[in-house]
Amino acid sequence: MSRLVVDFITCDAHGICAELLPEWITLDDWGYPKLHTGAIPPELLPHARRAVAACPTLALHLRDH
Amino acid sequence: MTSVSTGRAVDPSRRAAPHPGLPRLIPGVITDLREHLDRYGSLPSLRRRDARGAFFDAVDHSGLRGRGGAAFPTARKLHAVANGRRGAFVVANGAEGEPASQKDSTLMRAAPHLVLDGALIAADAVRAGTVFVVVDRNDVMAFDAMAAAIDQRRAAYPGGPTVELVGLPSRYVAGESSALVNFLSGGPAKPMFVPPRPYERGIRGRPTLVQNVETLANLALIARYGADWYRGLGTADEPGSVLVTVGGAVALPGVYEVALGTPMSTVLEVVGGVTEPISALLVGGYFGSWIDAAAVDKLEVTHAGLARAGGTLGCGVITAFPASRCGVHESVRVARYLAEETAGQCGPCVNGLSAIVGGIETLAAGRPAERTRADVLRWLDDVSQRGACHLPDAVVEFLRSALDVFGEEFSRHELHWKCSATDPEPLLPLPDPATRDWGWR
Repeated sequence: MSRLVVDFITCDAHGICAELLPEWITLDDWGYPKLHTGAIPPELLPHARRAVAACPTLALHLRDH
Repeated sequence: MTSVSTGRAVDPSRRAAPHPGLPRLIPGVITDLREHLDRYGSLPSLRRRDARGAFFDAVDHSGLRGRGGAAFPTARKLHAVANGRRGAFVVANGAEGEPASQKDSTLMRAAPHLVLDGALIAADAVRAGTVFVVVDRNDVMAFDAMAAAIDQRRAAYPGGPTVELVGLPSRYVAGESSALVNFLSGGPAKPMFVPPRPYERGIRGRPTLVQNVETLANLALIARYGADWYRGLGTADEPGSVLVTVGGAVALPGVYEVALGTPMSTVLEVVGGVTEPISALLVGGYFGSWIDAAAVDKLEVTHAGLARAGGTLGCGVITAFPASRCGVHESVRVARYLAEETAGQCGPCVNGLSAIVGGIETLAAGRPAERTRADVLRWLDDVSQRGACHLPDAVVEFLRSALDVFGEEFSRHELHWKCSATDPEPLLPLPDPATRDWGWR
């Protein structure tokens, strides 16, 4: 069970996460990510990991429960 | 679970438990240490292992929850800090950033030694060497009361943990526990990204027990009289008493201590009744929500009961809002204040709150663009749960309930009809613009 969380203090609205994981992440009117809640489906996990690694401000985190 | 009402390992000078009824926390103004000890007896020491075990059992069994607003189980934090790394800190949180709340300030002025007792027994339990007592730096009376009490303690009991009194910037979010940790570590009084939570990693990376001052005062009584005594008031799920700040259109506004589970109608009777017809109650402060006056008879003062009514007990603010005032204007005033209190850290909060408040002001002024209402509702959905702290959530709850309870009045405003209020005076307390604190350090 993994969840994605955003540290909004660090997030700078680059929007790369929404490009890499559009199934799970969209952007609000100001470009900040809006995430689905709950556990990431297993088939999206590799993409979620890629989005985490690509975040320029390291604001996206994958948390295990 | 072990019952410790007759507790074994206790200080021989401990008093027999008094009647479990009210008042518990504020029987009068007791600022003198000797008078305090005469009334309550001395604080038990937890140095012996059985005493320490009995104390933890008592807290577990008491069911005490935090009185700062979030109602987090006190025992959980206490165990986490006690079992964490060495060199823990204790923070007595008397910051009370909620402008409509006065209960922490009142408690510190009336029972500063009970608050200190709670902080000291907590420090004993988690083996902390330093206790920070944090008070809003604009709250001079509470600050002075705590300073005098700390001085008396130092003179009477040299040694013991270091107790440091700290004045905190008077900001809405500064009393949030991660903001306190940030400030006490030398940073701005701004919330931090959690987890790790302060009880896991707090001041200088050490486990830090942050407890509201009312929670600590209760802890001081549980340490002396035990869990069964504590549970002698309140409901099975939410035992004990709670301090509430009752204001608005009531005969005797002020801070009252009531048993959890008390019907809201009884609370309004205790404060002398309402002085004019009311349209709504604001429960939980600006972190809480508006509840239609028609529902008052069904409300009870518990977290669960108010949650069922779509509200929250929060930090215990209960404001009777008179029908003669405009709920739209009041809601806009408070929402504007909350938006101004952003720490400026999180994008959704910085952008979203100012957009929401701009939109709601447009609705209140009348003849808004067609999309304004839809925009506001969408932004309220958008900012929810998207900040390091819960300031955005406060605005969401407050305004959603305002749009619901004052729906008719909002429609009048949007249509640019005459506002139905007969009294234009603002009612809900906000910081005085002349002395408003804009600092974070």
